Amino acid sequence: MKILVNGAWRETDASDLAAALTALGYGEAVVATALNGEFVATGSRADARLTDGDRLEVLAPMQGG
Amino acid sequence: MLKVYATELRSRLLLGTSRYPSPAVLTEAVKAARAEVVTVSLRRESSGERAGQGFWGIIRELGVRVLPNTAGCHSVKEALTTAQMAREVFGTSWIKLEVIGEDDTLQPDVFGLVEAARILSADGFDVFPYTTEDLVVADRLLEAGCRVLMPWGAPIGSGRGLNNLFGLQALRAHFPDVPLIIDAGIGVPSHAAQAMELGFDAVLINTAVAQASHPALMAAAFAQALEAGRAAHLAGPMEPRDMAAPSTPAIGKAFLG
Repeated sequence: MKILVNGAWRETDASDLAAALTALGYGEAVVATALNGEFVATGSRADARLTDGDRLEVLAPMQGG
Repeated sequence: MLKVYATELRSRLLLGTSRYPSPAVLTEAVKAARAEVVTVSLRRESSGERAGQGFWGIIRELGVRVLPNTAGCHSVKEALTTAQMAREVFGTSWIKLEVIGEDDTLQPDVFGLVEAARILSADGFDVFPYTTEDLVVADRLLEAGCRVLMPWGAPIGSGRGLNNLFGLQALRAHFPDVPLIIDAGIGVPSHAAQAMELGFDAVLINTAVAQASHPALMAAAFAQALEAGRAAHLAGPMEPRDMAAPSTPAIGKAFLG
């Protein structure tokens, strides 16, 4: 299936968010996730099922004012 | 000492971490400012570059407290989701809440701001709302659960100083016990000193330091200005007057005419 990751379409076989992050190469990176605009806490990623066309945002610390 | 929520701060200079020429310069500036709090944000992370991981390492090494922002959020929903994500990543309940209402001035959407502040406060966040000098909005934000306000000096990045002096003075006078941190628009140390002389509790600065030719030197200059302004406030500045008043006593003056 295809999911939109940070604005770019990516192909994935992962059925849940935790597996998708690993497959996408985020590994142990410190990131926060939102699926279709809703925050998904680290502990809930394995329970967050993915479906075709989902929008995933993967955010990390960045400079800010 | 300045108390914001349950935290006591010695430094009244909060520093933004954006727009520095390099991470090394950012580090120097934070040290020169003797800042205890720096603002940070969340942005999309590429699994290849992992720029965010490097940045986070630099901030952790500095040993400062972070104040994550919701910069760039134009809706309550966006701001709420960003705040939740920031709380997890940065491990803090502090959130500098920005709900932007207008792109040219980057002024806050105060209606959305109050709504988001209420929801986040109820959810256990310590909300630092980026607001205007409007007294009614300030009152609503306090009612929504905010214990700190961050009124703008001037539009973000404009460097114009305290744009509405009368309004800011009225805000200070109206809420004498609420920590008020001037956020945005400070351009030079004299602006920061002026804010402190007027009795504001702290100042958040980013562009004025980051875009200076020598950021660390400018950060040190701001730190000095803040200290001078704070001391002046505590010392009780004289009232301005319209006419001259001789400072040298007239009594005992020789008649030499």
